[in-house]
Amino acid sequence: MAVNSAPQPISSELEVRIRKRFPNPEGSFNLNVHFRALAGFTILFGASGAGKTTLLDCIAGLADPDDGRIAVGGEDLYHSERKRNVAAWKRRIGYVQQDLALFPHLTAGENVAYGLRMFSAVEQTTRSREILEAFRITHLRDRRPSQISGGERQRVALARALVAEPRALLLDEPLAALDRPTKSSLVGDLRRWNQQHRVPILFVTHNSEEVFALGDEVIVLDGGIIVAQGRPHEVMRVPRLETVANLSGFENIFNATVLALHEDRGTMTCQLGSGKVELETPLVRADVGSRLRVGVRAGDLLLATEKPHGLSARNVLPGTIQRLEQRDVIIAARVDCGGTEFEVHLTLAARDALQLGSGKAVWVVVKTHSCHLMGM
Amino acid sequence: MNWEAFWLTVRLAAIVSALLIAIGIPIAYWLTYSRWRWKFLVEAAVALPIVLPPTVLGFYVLLALGSRSPLGRWWESLTGHTLAFTFEGLVIGSLLYSLPFAVQPFAASFGAVDPSLLRASASLGQSPLQTFRRIVLPLSKAGLVTGFALSFAHTLGEFGVVLMVGGNIPGVTRTISIDIYDQVQTANYSSANQTALLLLIVSFVVLSIVYGMSRRPWAVGPWR
Repeated sequence: MAVNSAPQPISSELEVRIRKRFPNPEGSFNLNVHFRALAGFTILFGASGAGKTTLLDCIAGLADPDDGRIAVGGEDLYHSERKRNVAAWKRRIGYVQQDLALFPHLTAGENVAYGLRMFSAVEQTTRSREILEAFRITHLRDRRPSQISGGERQRVALARALVAEPRALLLDEPLAALDRPTKSSLVGDLRRWNQQHRVPILFVTHNSEEVFALGDEVIVLDGGIIVAQGRPHEVMRVPRLETVANLSGFENIFNATVLALHEDRGTMTCQLGSGKVELETPLVRADVGSRLRVGVRAGDLLLATEKPHGLSARNVLPGTIQRLEQRDVIIAARVDCGGTEFEVHLTLAARDALQLGSGKAVWVVVKTHSCHLMGM
Repeated sequence: MNWEAFWLTVRLAAIVSALLIAIGIPIAYWLTYSRWRWKFLVEAAVALPIVLPPTVLGFYVLLALGSRSPLGRWWESLTGHTLAFTFEGLVIGSLLYSLPFAVQPFAASFGAVDPSLLRASASLGQSPLQTFRRIVLPLSKAGLVTGFALSFAHTLGEFGVVLMVGGNIPGVTRTISIDIYDQVQTANYSSANQTALLLLIVSFVVLSIVYGMSRRPWAVGPWR
């Protein structure tokens, strides 16, 4: 044995290798999966009926697999050959179910402290207070679940599952019902918590946006089996792969080169043509340097006569109006942005209000999700 | 107005419904959560007193309590007298007679607790019994009150079983409904009327409490 070797940190890896028949509206599927989840987020992605919740139930001990093995940190929770099946309440696996399942007769504070019975009263108080602060719900402590909002309930359910320091965490679509700002602040709090605790977090979703936002590792489940596993951009399908048939709908189609991938944001940067224009577009399964086509509808573009500030759109490109053309009640403006020409559709009123004309300096605003990506 | 019979009946009903809380909760727990395939037989047996003529039930209880049955002999060797025609015998008969009136509301309210709450409790490290005590029981308050009140009211008015098992011994087994019967038999209508009216009022009040309580959405919470 090596002298002076640092003590090995306890492995918090979650290993799952199970089979289970499970019923579903279209008959029955066989869940048959084998994967490892390390500390951090692992996203289970798949359509409803793909077996995601059944899988979580098996890991939590709320459903029995037909056979296989489930282990966390090297300890078997379920092992069919060894006839081992640890009861759900002895597994120490945190589980936030889709319906949250807050106890209606208890306050938010009592809900959070519910699983702390094994600790002393002092310890219970300290731990509750810390987790309530970490999830910013201290002010809700004395309210019942029926008296707080959906986002707040989500926080209470997460805090309740985390406060007992589970060895792994299962989250079944915990963000499904939330608006985007609430989502990202909750994910932020969860990430901060996990930086200190480092446990595997299995995060179920059927929303591809969440997959890109959470990054890390993705497992794609379909019909009970794992069809892909890897980083989001490696395994996710192109969100909108446009076919040639759809090209006619786009007034602006550019050849583009992928310059950079931003997995954390679910976007990538593309260079248009050989010009200087760079667009932030939705992330697709592509490598840096690969070539594709970007389509933008003229009606999805905005024009501004001053450089806009405080705008959610990621792309604001300076340009000059080449010419204006009236088609019925639409004004089609041709705008040159450093060698790349955009067609922008405006109303007559907008042209008059902005006093647009040839040669006028403008800014073209392109929303990331107005950029449609096509294979070459 | 026979106050002796009245208080004897109230004492009987109170003892029986209190015992039924203790006996009925485990039975209802088992009926709610057991996955035994023959469970329906137990359910049917528990519900039997609802449809069985009280005299039939009383007859069998009398046989079971009598000195020819093992139970009766055992009790006799223990206490020196038989259970039949005693207050204790009356309690046993009434327990069986009112059992479904306690167990069914209990089981219905246990079964109405959202199973995902039980799953959540398990994943928070609580054993099934802890979960039952901390989640199921508090959320079943209405069912517990209903079961208690129904078995109380039901015992209050029982006649057939009492007559079969207890006979008609003043101060020991003569309950209020038997007293009314006696008074009618002796054409003492005004006294029978008073007692009957009292029983009517008490029963109505008890049932009003039950329905008044179950109207509130206790499952969601009395705080609303």
